[in-house]
Amino acid sequence: MRTLRFLLQKEFKQIFRNKSLLPLIFLMPIIQLLIIPLAADYEIKNINISIVDHDRSSFSRALISKITASGYFVLADYGNSFEDAFKQIEDNESDLILEIPVGFERNLIRENREKLFIAVNAINGTKANLGGAYLNKIIAEYNAEVRLQWTDPERFSPVPKINVASSNWFNPYMNYRFFMVPGILVFLVTMVGAYMASLNIVKEKEIGTIEQINVSPISKVNFILGKLIPFWIIGVFVFSVGLFFVARVVYGIVPLGSIGLIYGFLAIYLVALLGVGLLISTYSDTQQQSMSVAFFVMMIFLLMSGLFTPIESMPEWAQVIAYLNPVTYFIEVMRMVVLKGSEFKDIIPHFLKMIGFAIFFNTWAVWNYRKTS
Amino acid sequence: MKQFFTFVKKEFYHVFRDPKTLLMLFGLPVVQIVLFGFALTNEIKNSKVLIVDYAKDAASQEIITKIGATDEFVLQHQILSHLQIEDEFKTGRARLAIIFPANFQRDLLHQNSTQLQVIADASDPNQANTLTNYINTIVTEYQQSLSEVNGMPYQIRPEIRMLYNPELKGATNFVPGVMALVLMLVCVLMTSVSIVREKELGTMEVLLVSPFNPFMVIIAKAIPYFLLSLVNLSVILVLSITLLEMPFNGSYLLFFAESSLLILTALSLGLLISNSTDSQQTAMLISLMGMLIPTMLLTGFMFPIENMPLPLRVFSNIIPSKWYYLIAKSIMIKGLGFSAIWKETLILLGMTVFLLTVSLKKFKIRLA
Repeated sequence: MRTLRFLLQKEFKQIFRNKSLLPLIFLMPIIQLLIIPLAADYEIKNINISIVDHDRSSFSRALISKITASGYFVLADYGNSFEDAFKQIEDNESDLILEIPVGFERNLIRENREKLFIAVNAINGTKANLGGAYLNKIIAEYNAEVRLQWTDPERFSPVPKINVASSNWFNPYMNYRFFMVPGILVFLVTMVGAYMASLNIVKEKEIGTIEQINVSPISKVNFILGKLIPFWIIGVFVFSVGLFFVARVVYGIVPLGSIGLIYGFLAIYLVALLGVGLLISTYSDTQQQSMSVAFFVMMIFLLMSGLFTPIESMPEWAQVIAYLNPVTYFIEVMRMVVLKGSEFKDIIPHFLKMIGFAIFFNTWAVWNYRKTS
Repeated sequence: MKQFFTFVKKEFYHVFRDPKTLLMLFGLPVVQIVLFGFALTNEIKNSKVLIVDYAKDAASQEIITKIGATDEFVLQHQILSHLQIEDEFKTGRARLAIIFPANFQRDLLHQNSTQLQVIADASDPNQANTLTNYINTIVTEYQQSLSEVNGMPYQIRPEIRMLYNPELKGATNFVPGVMALVLMLVCVLMTSVSIVREKELGTMEVLLVSPFNPFMVIIAKAIPYFLLSLVNLSVILVLSITLLEMPFNGSYLLFFAESSLLILTALSLGLLISNSTDSQQTAMLISLMGMLIPTMLLTGFMFPIENMPLPLRVFSNIIPSKWYYLIAKSIMIKGLGFSAIWKETLILLGMTVFLLTVSLKKFKIRLA
């Protein structure tokens, strides 16, 4: 125990005496937690539309004012040349072209049907799809109005109607940040923890001080514990600042479930995560190597964690990878406990798997750390 | 000149004799292309839906079958009471619940109107919204199949054409983004770390007291990463054209010229970081924590920049990869020439000159 205490003292001194590293560890996650949720928003609004109106009739004007009044579209240009409008798409000034043909009003009334041409910049498929769908919806509404104006209501028999009453639980204001902030917090803690842990033993190797530890009576387990505990504490600290300061004060997120449950999971998660870091560390000889590997692993962890894209939508092989990723579980647990108030019994499987990860990675790391060179 | 090439050779050895660094250099782009191309999608698919059917009549069964037949939903199971919904949501076993009231069909046929309740787990509002919309569409379709709508007068038929990407593939949007991301990260990270490493190990002293011009030391460090980045870029390009069937409509020459410009910008940034720090750990944390997420978010390929709050939109302008992303999309997908992208090119060029000047000014040829 005494050995461990001295080792811890040494590690903390090393961390706190590094004046350039300290602000990075503590400030960077907080700044990022303030910025990322503002940026991570899938909602599509302000679609720029260019309207090419060859008709210039009262009908076309009514349609245009309906489109601009909808709130989804910003009128970027109103003209009568498709080439001009297309140029604007090329210059990124416009996302969508609506072309109203000559005789739109006349044909609609006389021939009972008329076409409208829509061209969407589909480089971003999701946005194009939504933009097209919004526009379609507005046109359909406009169509219904025209129909109402020009036909006798008696011609239609009443249509059977199903009213869909929808309600949104757990997040009634549909605030996307409530969903993103807990996940991002997990990821920031992960980054700090994994990098610090993966760089640490390697640093001793590279500078040569590992030699002194190797020839000392310090046991393998004590040495690894001495490396783990400081980062574990830093991880808990960064997480707490994020949860109580940024999430609560800035975003107004108050966990619905038990705080103790979150911390219980965090404790195990950090052990598993630091195990990954240590493992990378024991396999590398230079800080550059261990950083490269850590970055590689973190990138995959980040992309495959369901943080930005839903796991359910992935193909099966990718879902298998996603569920071999410890980050996935913590993000799920955070979202469940914070937003839905899930209880211990709801996340028992997550707990068991995380304990498994923790044992697996740490045993491997201790086993792979050699006191001989 | 001969000295210079010797130095460049030394730097190449540094890179090639370290397989773990190589893994990161070349493995990362490949993995990213595969993941973004085949695994990651913003679409909402396979969401588990609970059915609470108090009606159990032909109408409710038909709607349930329609829902089960789509890609978007997986019928989880039919539970007997709405009281179980909350529990199912809390364990994450379901995302949406649909409740058919008793007498669903009878009300529909005799009173011409009936109700259907949809409850979404809105902890992910995006998903909840999309799923509710899907259900609405399915119900509307069912409703229309009950009445004859085809004989409606005064029909406006919108014809939609999807430009550049008729199949609405995700690749067209993210491949240029991944290129920007990889070039930025690899170059900034690698240059900054490799220079700081010499400082930390003390070999910088050896280099500085040698008769070789100190600035040449720095340039020799940058050259291998410059060349490797070009190789990297080609790998991504080949992969996305063959594997993801991406179109390439513009000029390759222009594309590589613009990419070289971004690489130069990134190298100068790496240089600046390395001149401002003394330890590899700090350099790494700045280049990774400080750069990875802003680059990923503010390049515009994951989330649309125009939706962000004003301060972020302004801030995104100083992210070099944002400009490169616009350039790459214009060349690769829209097939435009230099006249369409000169503004973005000029901005990148300005950034490079600025970063390079500042970092060379900060570069100390004296030992501390």
